[in-house]
Amino acid sequence: MKVYRPSSLGEALDVRAAHPEAVPIAGGTDLMVELNFGRRRPEAFVDISRLPELGVIRREGDTVSLGAGVPYARIIRELPDQVALVQAARTVGSPQIRTRGTVGGNLGTGSPAGDALPVLAAYDARIVLASARGTRRISWRDFLVGPKRTALAPDELIVAAEWDVPQGPGSFSKVGTRNAMVIAIAGLSLQVDEAARGVRVALGSVGPTILRAPDAEAFGAGALDESGAWANPEAGVPEAALARFGELVAAAAKPIDDVRGTAAYRRHACGVLARRALTWALADRRLPAS
Amino acid sequence: MLIRLNVNGEWREADVWPGSSLLSVLRDDLGLWGTKNACEQGECGSCSAWLDGELVASCLVLAAQADGRRVETIESLGREGELHPVQEAFLDAGAVQCGFCTPGFEVAVTDLLRHDPHPSDETIREALAGNLCRCTGYQKIVDAVHLAADRMSEAPR
Repeated sequence: MKVYRPSSLGEALDVRAAHPEAVPIAGGTDLMVELNFGRRRPEAFVDISRLPELGVIRREGDTVSLGAGVPYARIIRELPDQVALVQAARTVGSPQIRTRGTVGGNLGTGSPAGDALPVLAAYDARIVLASARGTRRISWRDFLVGPKRTALAPDELIVAAEWDVPQGPGSFSKVGTRNAMVIAIAGLSLQVDEAARGVRVALGSVGPTILRAPDAEAFGAGALDESGAWANPEAGVPEAALARFGELVAAAAKPIDDVRGTAAYRRHACGVLARRALTWALADRRLPAS
Repeated sequence: MLIRLNVNGEWREADVWPGSSLLSVLRDDLGLWGTKNACEQGECGSCSAWLDGELVASCLVLAAQADGRRVETIESLGREGELHPVQEAFLDAGAVQCGFCTPGFEVAVTDLLRHDPHPSDETIREALAGNLCRCTGYQKIVDAVHLAADRMSEAPR
């Protein structure tokens, strides 16, 4: 086994082009488990934990660009206004994992249970990919193509995730068995977009990849419209509409039975999480602007 | 491959298999057995150590990634006869039973108290959520954190 240790993104992309068999490793919190248990023995690694370009958080106007190598602990400290992302970051692993694990790792692993991924989907994030051939930006939807399958080319690296910051409350919540180190049985991110009068919902761990719930989103936005809640947050939405919203989110899930939970349980959990998330968002909208 | 890392203030070298974890270097190459090996998947926290001052699960750090970096282990806290206040507090509060998880907990607690000298119960439980103890039921560990926090604020060292 060989470990390549480039010190800049340019060098790393040259390594990727010359040695596509070398697996990129950043925090190592997914890959080291595979290695420790002998499930995987790559011929080579490219250590991308020392690339300064991947450790950058940039804000330009209403756009956030989050370097793929920024660990969750830094996201919690440095992006406090990205509420849903911070909530997801706080549920990743444990403190020991959050100092190492990265959003780039969630993306690269491409598991539908990656906690940051429903948030990126609710943010309509773009994934920035670079190779010696150049840089491209693709939507999260085009990047996450299947369970643990991504659109990353063999010579590419994930450089960043970027999104236009939605104005409005958002959240992330998940269901699991312990308050740490939980691979979610179901995860949900809800984001209100006040400017577009939209409600976005994304689901994790309940399908082959991250799913949005378009019917529920349209219904949710419509419910706020009907009650006049877009203009007047005090109006809220009726209990029956919250229940219907939950049903529609549950219907968008494509869960399976596995060791962590049954499909029926997962679908039920999606409905519960959705109702709660919309209730929290409506309560947040009633708070005076700070 | 040859790696060189600063462990508890001393530069050490080890010739390691490139797929080794930092944990295996600490234990098998450097003879620092205070850092425990249990789950090897980041679940249990018994291998907690510091890498460049950040709390990590050393089983999940590729040894090559620690090359040229600073590592602190449980051995940096205290030794027989001169224990760190966190270690004293664990003994006095009865937070040690079989003792296997203890070094990992003490590292995590010390890290917590560096960032938050007077944590609430909720903060303590969140900060220690990545460390498993199968003996104590955790309450005595929480008691030990409060005891250590009180003593450390009285007598800063």
